[in-house]
Amino acid sequence: MLKITNISKTFNPGTVNEKTALSNLSLHLNTGDFATIIGSNGAGKSTLFNAICGDFLTDNGKIELAGKDITFQPSHARARSVGRLFQDPMRGSAPGMSIEENLALAAGHGGWFSRISRADKQRFREQLSLLNMGLEDRMKQPVGLLSGGQRQALTLLMATMDPPKLLLLDEHTAALDPATAEKVLQITRDVVEKHHITTLMVTHNMQNALDLGNRTLMMDSGHIVLDIQGREREGLTVKDLLERFQVGAGKTLDNDRILLSEFEEK
Amino acid sequence: MSLTTALSLGQTALELGLICSLTVLALFLSYSMLNVCDLSTDGCFTLGASVGAVVAIAGHPFLSLPAAMLAGVLSGFVTALLQTRMGIDSLLAGIIVNTGLYSVNIGIMGGSSLLNLNRTDTVYTFVKDLLKDTPLQGKQTLIVSFIAVALIILFLTLFLNTRLGLAIRATGNNPDMVRSSSINPIFTTTVGLCVANAFTGLSGCLLAQSQKSADINIGTGMVTIALASLLIGGTFLGKGGICRRAIGVVIGSFVFRLVYTIALRFNMPAFMLKLVSSIIVIIAISGPYLKKQWPMICRRFGWAQKGGIR
Repeated sequence: MLKITNISKTFNPGTVNEKTALSNLSLHLNTGDFATIIGSNGAGKSTLFNAICGDFLTDNGKIELAGKDITFQPSHARARSVGRLFQDPMRGSAPGMSIEENLALAAGHGGWFSRISRADKQRFREQLSLLNMGLEDRMKQPVGLLSGGQRQALTLLMATMDPPKLLLLDEHTAALDPATAEKVLQITRDVVEKHHITTLMVTHNMQNALDLGNRTLMMDSGHIVLDIQGREREGLTVKDLLERFQVGAGKTLDNDRILLSEFEEK
Repeated sequence: MSLTTALSLGQTALELGLICSLTVLALFLSYSMLNVCDLSTDGCFTLGASVGAVVAIAGHPFLSLPAAMLAGVLSGFVTALLQTRMGIDSLLAGIIVNTGLYSVNIGIMGGSSLLNLNRTDTVYTFVKDLLKDTPLQGKQTLIVSFIAVALIILFLTLFLNTRLGLAIRATGNNPDMVRSSSINPIFTTTVGLCVANAFTGLSGCLLAQSQKSADINIGTGMVTIALASLLIGGTFLGKGGICRRAIGVVIGSFVFRLVYTIALRFNMPAFMLKLVSSIIVIIAISGPYLKKQWPMICRRFGWAQKGGIR
């Protein structure tokens, strides 16, 4: 489904701030794969997502999605097949517009001059009620009035209403309180399963990284240092994962958020 | 002040308010929806006036309206092109287009800076003839302007609720989200500015025809006046649906003109119009900001507890 071949990206080349965010990274995801990504600070996780979404042109290499070369496609064109959620719940929806209007924009069919039909409203209402947040009764309210968790759940719905070929989740539960985070994660699981969407998810929760999906990737300094799937992944513990990381990257994992969340659990 | 004077003052304010509210509606689209402060408004207003006057003088009073709107679309397209495709800051793009339009406008008016429409057939003279010997005699300016405003509001209400309209509104709200809905924000910005400037052009055309002359300075300061009206309108009907807000904007334009007309009666010199509109814009935009800063100012100067303003 997703085939990334040898992409690299260096920011501010030739200056003191030069930073190689991705270096000769290759990744192949099969259709229906759900891979979680963990990695140290500045490992290039978000940069990888930005590259896939087309926020910048990679210095070299090639990105293919569903057999189509998208390396040079502008980001809005890629958005047709790539859905994406950010850590910041405010980034995915327009606060000044109503829930209904946001959904209508995301639903993405109909011509430029089409209007929200009664059937659309009915469909939005049904989909919103699946979130169990009471949003189906607030469709006329501006999105700016919703809580972070509600907005993130709405963004998830918007991103998957027209199921994308690839879904990118960039720590999309990190800014939410634990209970809401758990709920949004559950919704994520359901949606991905229902539409069999190929998914990449960055997380700082090691346990989630092992429990969710069928594949775990670990990144460090712009490389994928570990790719665990299948039988190898079964029965793996967080401790095993940290040890494997040390072997793969040649150093201990230094993501403060991961370490903090480990600390919290103890 | 007798009732007749009051009524005639009210009528003047209403006429001017209605005609200029088309420009305010243009800013409603570009400033409130797209979040672009379109500084080419002044030049575009004059462009509409000069194109409208030239076409009317050529003997096509009705063609002058779409011609002025088309000229506005072209001007908006250039402004949009500069800021979306050529890396020019949106404020600067507006100023550049505004400056360039000065020459264009004089060129359109055949090298002169004033066109007289005293003996020209315009939409107003046409309607005036229609209304002869009816109860509405002499109200042609009011009627034509009212119809134009009503049509534009109707158009905006319908347009901003289509998929394209939603995309335009979202562009000013959260461009990231527009991109992730597979819509190119460059496209929505361009369409929005074209439509907004069509309104501005129409507004200029109608003003020139109603005052029977088009001069090169007809649009000077229009953007500030329109912005003041827009912000006043926002305090009346600032929340709710598009139609409601658009009507609020027209009311704002009327109130602004009314206050101005009354001030003129109290011997305020006419040249104060632009200063007054500048001050209104300053108060309306800086007010909320200063209000937020107020607690800090209070503490700085040690009057924290006295005022009780938080």
